Amino acid sequence: MTAKGMVIIDENRCKGCGLCLAVCPVHILKLADGRFNTRGYRPVEITDPEACTGCAMCAIICPDVVFTVYRRRARRGQPAPPPTG
Amino acid sequence: MATGQDIPPDMEPVYQYPESLTSRFTHYCPGCTHGVIHRLIAEVIDELGIRERTVGVAPVGCAVLAYDYFNLDFCEAAHGRAPAMATGIKRVSPDTVVFTYQGDGDLAAIGTAEIIHAANRGELITTIFVNNAIYGMTGGQMAPTTLPGQVTTSSPGGRDVRMAGWPIKMAELIGVLPGAAYVTRQAVLDVPGIRRAKQAIRLAFRVQLAGLGFSMVEILSTCNTNWGLSPLEALEWAKAHMVPYYPLGDTKVADAVRALMEQA
Repeated sequence: MTAKGMVIIDENRCKGCGLCLAVCPVHILKLADGRFNTRGYRPVEITDPEACTGCAMCAIICPDVVFTVYRRRARRGQPAPPPTG
Repeated sequence: MATGQDIPPDMEPVYQYPESLTSRFTHYCPGCTHGVIHRLIAEVIDELGIRERTVGVAPVGCAVLAYDYFNLDFCEAAHGRAPAMATGIKRVSPDTVVFTYQGDGDLAAIGTAEIIHAANRGELITTIFVNNAIYGMTGGQMAPTTLPGQVTTSSPGGRDVRMAGWPIKMAELIGVLPGAAYVTRQAVLDVPGIRRAKQAIRLAFRVQLAGLGFSMVEILSTCNTNWGLSPLEALEWAKAHMVPYYPLGDTKVADAVRALMEQA
């Protein structure tokens, strides 16, 4: 595990609007192909979890609070940067 | 909300579900920025630690069910009358923090008198005004905020300003009233704009908490369904067409509010 960040996707909240796909700076989000959530939408998926930086841009643009975002604590006991937003 | 996934011990949360939102799924269309604005308000209320004493007043329009989505005390006002209801709540219970959440049909059409007089009286309430240049809930008719030439179901040839008048600039209109302490226009069309909108909402609530007067944040929003665009195209359309007509920025910052801003 070397990823700097981690997102947890609450799949059933997702309406597949795709706004997060456009803002993700590392382009690791896509809509599910041929798979639907309980409300019939194609939910967002993460393609490469190792590339996530934990920038939380997806969470900031998301109208449906789909994302919970974590960021790896900096080394040498320094605290992680404060939450964005 | 987190699922059963394991979180490594050196990972710290940077974004979590706000306590001031319920877990209900919203009825808003996919990509509708109402959801973003709800979230920003909830985050600000969480961060200010005022959830237990905040009362929201919901409008008529797409946000009519806002009381289902905020984990707060909430009232539903008659169409356009949210500022009047908020006035009553705030005057009877001065310790509460009262905000109205209104769309452009609610605030800028049927409720114009209420918002102007509430602002002019300097009521200690905060108004979040969502401007998406159309009537969303009723099927995309022309609103007072619809842009010149904009096609809607009731202006199929585009808004003709000779017949329907000009789009109304509420932030400028309210900004000139002496009772208004802080009035600003923001947009939730990209990540930096969403961050600025959140700062504005936070300041608006702080103005109320400090008892400085009426505060309003107008927020340019999208209605991709009734504009006939994809969610992403709608953000770009709003940037290209709405922002030039509705310039972003503060239209009123009272001296006392400026002092408050400097306190960070």
